[in-house]
Amino acid sequence: MDVEILSRIQFAFTIAFHYIYPPLSIGLGLLMVVMEGLFLRTGDRQYEQLAHFWTKIFALTFGIGVATGIVMEFEFGTNWATYSRYVGDVFGSALAAEGIFAFALESGFLGVLLFGWDKVSPRVHFLATVGVWLGSMFSAVWIVVANSWQQTPAGFHVVGEGMEARAEITDFWAMVFNPSSVDRLLHVWIGAFLAGAFLVLSVHAFYILKNRHLEISKKAFKIALAVATVFSLAQLAVGHRSADGVAENQPAKLAALEGHFDSLGVADMYLLGWVDKEKQEVTGLKIPGGLSFLVNWDFREPVRGLNSFPAGDRPSAVNAIFQFYHLMVAIGMALIALTVYASIQWWRGRLFSQKWLLRLFVFAVLLPQIANQAGWFAAEMGRQPWVVYGLLRTSDALSKSVTANQVLFSLIMFTVVYALLFALFIYLLDKKIRNGPESHAFVEHRPHLEDISDVVAKPRTKKSPH
Amino acid sequence: MATIFGIDYPTLWFLVVGGLFSGYAILDGFDLGAGTLHLFFKKEESRQIALKAIGPVWDGNEVWLVIGGGALFAGFPEAYATIFSAMYVPFMLFLLFLIFRAVSIEFRGKEPMRWWRQLWDVSYCVSSTMLGFLLGVVLGNVLLGIAIGEGFEFEGNWLEFLNPYAIAVGLTTVALFAMHGAIYLTMKTEGRLFTKITLLLKRAIIAFIVLFSLVTLYTLLYIPHLSNDFKSNPSLFVVPLMAFLSIANIPRLATKGKYRLAFLFSSLSVSLMLILVAIELYPVLIISTVDPAYHLTVYNAASSEKSLGIMLLMAAIGAPLVLAYTVFVYKTFWGKVKAGENY
Repeated sequence: MDVEILSRIQFAFTIAFHYIYPPLSIGLGLLMVVMEGLFLRTGDRQYEQLAHFWTKIFALTFGIGVATGIVMEFEFGTNWATYSRYVGDVFGSALAAEGIFAFALESGFLGVLLFGWDKVSPRVHFLATVGVWLGSMFSAVWIVVANSWQQTPAGFHVVGEGMEARAEITDFWAMVFNPSSVDRLLHVWIGAFLAGAFLVLSVHAFYILKNRHLEISKKAFKIALAVATVFSLAQLAVGHRSADGVAENQPAKLAALEGHFDSLGVADMYLLGWVDKEKQEVTGLKIPGGLSFLVNWDFREPVRGLNSFPAGDRPSAVNAIFQFYHLMVAIGMALIALTVYASIQWWRGRLFSQKWLLRLFVFAVLLPQIANQAGWFAAEMGRQPWVVYGLLRTSDALSKSVTANQVLFSLIMFTVVYALLFALFIYLLDKKIRNGPESHAFVEHRPHLEDISDVVAKPRTKKSPH
Repeated sequence: MATIFGIDYPTLWFLVVGGLFSGYAILDGFDLGAGTLHLFFKKEESRQIALKAIGPVWDGNEVWLVIGGGALFAGFPEAYATIFSAMYVPFMLFLLFLIFRAVSIEFRGKEPMRWWRQLWDVSYCVSSTMLGFLLGVVLGNVLLGIAIGEGFEFEGNWLEFLNPYAIAVGLTTVALFAMHGAIYLTMKTEGRLFTKITLLLKRAIIAFIVLFSLVTLYTLLYIPHLSNDFKSNPSLFVVPLMAFLSIANIPRLATKGKYRLAFLFSSLSVSLMLILVAIELYPVLIISTVDPAYHLTVYNAASSEKSLGIMLLMAAIGAPLVLAYTVFVYKTFWGKVKAGENY
C-alpha cells in the first residue's frame, strides 16, 4: 500500500476514534448544566448527585478526547505537511481562537469541576460547569469552521503556484461564516447533544430495569428524554438545511449522496438502496424525483449528476457515501420516532411501566454515535478527491518526506494503543456505572468530601507482609 | 511591515510560541519529572501521594502543549509542517508515550492487586521519562539543524534524529524535569516521604548540573553557529549569565529548605534556557544542514501579516483570561496532600 492510502486510513481511524468522545463531552456537559442548575433552583440534592455522577463520566470522555485530540493536531504536520502549508494561514486564526477561547477555558475550569466540589461554593462550582461546557461548545465552533472551510472555502486568496501555492486569509469573518459553517455547526452540536442525552437515557434506563437508584434515575431519564426529544426534532430541520447547503455548494457531493449519475436529469431520493457504480444504477426503495423536490421544490426539475463532473473531480466511493448518508438519515428518523413515542408515554404517565421501551433505550445509546460517525464519513468521503474542495487534492496534500513504512508503523501503533484506550474506556465506564450515582457518601459529606477522585483509589487489601 | 512597539509580527508570534513552549516545559516538566522519580518511592502510600500531588493538574498542563503546537501551526505553518514530517518517528513515539502515561495514571488505582499497580507504575515511570527524553531529542535536533532541502522538505534519513548530541540533550532534559519535579513534590509532601524526596532532589540536581555542563561544553566547542550571536553581541551574555546564576541558586535554596523559592528558580531556569535557545536561533527557526538558503526563519515560515495580526489580537484578549483562571485553579488546590484526604 502507498503512503496516500495508509495516511488516509490512519487519519480516518484516528479521527473516527477521537470523535466518539468530544460529542459525549458536549452532550453530557449540557445535561450537567441542566442537572446542577436544577439543584441550585430546587435545592433537591438528588440533582446534585446526578450532576456529580455525570461529571465523573464526563471527566472520562474528556480525558480520552484530549489524548486522542493531540494525535489529530500532530497528524496534520506529520502526515499532511503539504496540506498544513496550504491551509496554515487560513486556519491559523481559527486554531488560535480555539486554543485561547475554547480549550483553555474548558481545561482550566475542569479542575474545579472535578475536584472542587468541596473547595468552592455551589454557585462557583456551577459556574465552572457552565465554563467547561461552553468551552467544549466553542471548541466545536472552531473545528467545524475549519472543516467547513475545507468544504466551502471563502474569505481567502491563493498565493503562489503549483506546489508552492498557499491559501491566504483576506477576510476573517467571511472565513468564519463560510457558506456551510453555520448549518454544519448546528448539525454537529445537535448530534453531540443527542450522543450525550442517549448515554444518560441508556444508563438510567438500565438502573430502572434493574430496580436500582430508582427515584433518582427517573428524574435523570426525564431530563434526558426532554433534551433528546427536542433535539431529535430540531436535527431534522437542521439536517435539511445542511443538505440544501450541499446542493448549492458541493453539487458533486450531493449527487454522490443519492447516487445520481445523469448529467442533468430528474433525481430520485432513496429510503434505502444499493449503488452499482459500473452500471450507474441504484436499486432500492425510492421517492421518484425526491431529490429534485428537495433541491428545487419541484419533482420534475433536473439536478446535476456525477457524470457532469470531469472523471478526476468526482468522489469515487459512491456506494459507501450513499450508504453512510442513508444510515445517518435512517437513524435520525428512528431517534425521532423513539423519543416522540416515549414522550407521549411520559405525558400519559406510562413511561416507566413498559419494559421493552426501557430496554430499547439501553441499546439506543449506539444510534447517535453511529449516526455521527456515518454523517462525517459521508461528508468527508463526499468531498473527495479534494482535501480543500476545488483547490487542493488529497493526493497532493501528503508529507513528501514520510515513507509508507513509517506510516505503517504508526498505523499499527495506533491500532494497538487505541484498542488499549478503548478497553480502558469501557472498563472505567462500566465501573462508574456499577458504582452508581448514590454509591459515594457524597451528599452528607459535602462540603467536607471524602472520596471524589478516581485518579487514586484506596487499596482494598492490607499491606503486603514485608 | 507592521510592528507593535517596534517589533514585527513574525517576531512577536515567535515570542508567543516561545512563551507557550516555555510554559509547557515548566508545567508539564514538573509532572513528567514526578513520573521519572515514581519508582524510587517504594511504599504504596508514597506512590499514591506522589500521584495525587499531580492529579488535579497534569491534564491541564498538557493543554499547554496542545496550544503551543497549535500556535506553531497557526503562525509558522512551514516550520510546523517541516519539523513534524521530518521527525515522524519521534513524534509518533511521543504520542504513544503520552497516551500510555494517561492510561497508566487512570488504570493503576482501579484494582488492588500488587502486580497490577506495579505494572502501571512502571509504565507511568517509563512513559514520563521517555516523554522528557523525546522532547529533549527534538530540541537537540533543532539546535543542531536538520537536512532541509528544496521546498523546505526534509531530505535526510529517518534515523538521523538519534544522534549523540540529541541524545545528550534528551538525557539533560530528563534530569532537569526530575529535579523540577522533585522540588514540586517537596512542596506537596510531609514526613518521611518528604525527607526521601529531598534526598532524590540532591541527586537530581547533581545529575542535571553534570549533564548540562557537558552539553554546554560540547555546544561551545563543536557547534559554532550556536554561539555566534553571543560573540558578535557581548551584551547578550547577560542571558547565559542569568541562566547560570539561576541554576546555581537552586541547590543553595534547596539546602536552606526554601522549596517554594527553589521551585520559582527552577521554573525560571527552564525559561532562561529556552530564551538562550531562542536567542541562539533567532531569526532562524530550523537550521538547514543542506544549504543556508533552506533555513526556515520566522519570516519565510510565517503566516501572512493579516493572519498574524488577527492571532495577535486574539492572544492579547485571551491571555489575561487564561492567566486569571489558571491562577484561580492553582489557588483552589494550593497546599500539602495527605494520604487519606481526597481533593
